[in-house]
Amino acid sequence: MSNDQYLMTNNLSDIINKPVRTDLVIATRYVNLFYGDFQALKGITLEIFPNTVTALIGPSGCGKSTYLRLFNRMNDLIDGVKITGNIIVDGEDIYAPETDVVELRRKVGMVFQKPNPFPKSIFENVAYGLRVNGVNDKKFIQAKVEQSLVRSALWDEVKDKLKKSAFELSGGQQQRLCIARALAVEPSVVLMDEPASALDPISTAKIEELIYELKKNYTIIIVTHNMQQAGRVSDTTAFFYLGELIEYGDTKEIFTNPKDKKTQNYITGRFG
Amino acid sequence: MKTDRKLHLARQRKQVIAFNLFRILSITVVAILFIILSFIIFNGIKVISWEFLTAMPKEGMTKGGIFPAIVGTLCLISGSMLFAGPVGVLSAIYINEYTRDGVLKRFIKLMTNNLAGIPSIVFGLFGMSLFVNTLGFGDSIIAGSFTLGLLTLPVVIRTTEESLKSVPDSFRHGSYALGGTKLQTIRKVVLPIAFPNIITGLILSIGRVSGETAPILFTVAAYFLPKLPHSIFDQVMALPYHLYVISTSGTNITESRPMAYGTALVLIAIVLIVNISANGLRKYFGNKVKMN
Repeated sequence: MSNDQYLMTNNLSDIINKPVRTDLVIATRYVNLFYGDFQALKGITLEIFPNTVTALIGPSGCGKSTYLRLFNRMNDLIDGVKITGNIIVDGEDIYAPETDVVELRRKVGMVFQKPNPFPKSIFENVAYGLRVNGVNDKKFIQAKVEQSLVRSALWDEVKDKLKKSAFELSGGQQQRLCIARALAVEPSVVLMDEPASALDPISTAKIEELIYELKKNYTIIIVTHNMQQAGRVSDTTAFFYLGELIEYGDTKEIFTNPKDKKTQNYITGRFG
Repeated sequence: MKTDRKLHLARQRKQVIAFNLFRILSITVVAILFIILSFIIFNGIKVISWEFLTAMPKEGMTKGGIFPAIVGTLCLISGSMLFAGPVGVLSAIYINEYTRDGVLKRFIKLMTNNLAGIPSIVFGLFGMSLFVNTLGFGDSIIAGSFTLGLLTLPVVIRTTEESLKSVPDSFRHGSYALGGTKLQTIRKVVLPIAFPNIITGLILSIGRVSGETAPILFTVAAYFLPKLPHSIFDQVMALPYHLYVISTSGTNITESRPMAYGTALVLIAIVLIVNISANGLRKYFGNKVKMN
């Protein structure tokens, strides 16, 4: 069942009564999220395809970051959050009671808006995820750290100073370190919450290049405020507005031929 | 233009007055501290000698040294820290990392704050009734340490809590997002970052512990005991109480007056050394945290 069909189904009971498909990599089905009394997400149904980059766009407060954080259950950390509906990652409902959240977060990596390396050495930052997941084999950790730094296009810049503090790196390098850190535990999905918003244009370009490379091995969901960025890096785009999913589809299609008036207004910069 | 100039002058005058007021007040604070310190140093330095620091008191505490009191105070400092350190730090971790904002958290905080407001003599009496009598420790280092530990517990909890609070959530979230459990996150990320400040808080509370007299009065301090303790169930002399004794109720107050100044100087020196080393340790660990 394609995504367009989801969107065209206006009848709620139709959606709710359909059996949950569990063969999808990532999907949400009629998800509502409440912060106390405030409803931040309203019945979001969406299916994300493997090895693609999906951009979540929309004005501030539209729920796109909240939506992103559903997939590694980071919203659980906030008091008073209530979630209904199904969220599926790798064929499993991740909000089912038997879900191991720690295991889920290993499978679904995350890169935050501001680079947040730990106050540890570059090496230890990348090794951290392995260590907390019980890996002790020194050789394996070493190999994994190198591999992750290579994948995040940081290896050449840091290979001679792995023991140095991560805080000595520039902002852009720190963000790529955070990406390396996320890759080290071999996730299948990488969530990125405005990963370049705190970076200069050159670092941003590097991160975008990296995202393009990474999609060969990972499924990437990225929140961005930057329309050009969404256009450059993503295959599909979802436009959120006031907690609702307004439009979802091929990025080119959305940017050149949006079906909804609100989408058109937003991407042409008439509001946001 | 003329009125503008007047206004300008008036404003400037106010600035000058305010500035000088602030300056005078802060100089006053420093001056008071300086006067007390120099008064004690001036009067106390004369009796400071190797013998004074390492000998037992003699001839009704008018001669000899204060060695047992120094040892006693050091015992009480370590004892109370061994108790208040772990209990305080673990409580603060519980309050800051585990409890959600709500009635329970507010209740615990209110109680720790109230604990901090209890006069030290009350702690002394409580310690006597609980540790000395009910638990049967007698007048002993252990009873005194627990009492002092209870007294300093709120300070330890508060400073640890503040240190934990100052660790940005982004570090915690980074750890969770990599599949770290709560315990791993606290142990490997939060505590190492907060550690320098926690240590500083602990050491600063030592300053308070070493100067308290009321809590040890009924729980451990000996009037005169010219020997060193053999176990934690022994009584000891302690610097603040010794100071009190030889300046108010010794055998010959006038003759032991220089000894009193000397004791005060040693006590202040211990507190100063502890505070300075707290600063050094914080810097040392602060650098270390960044490096590994």
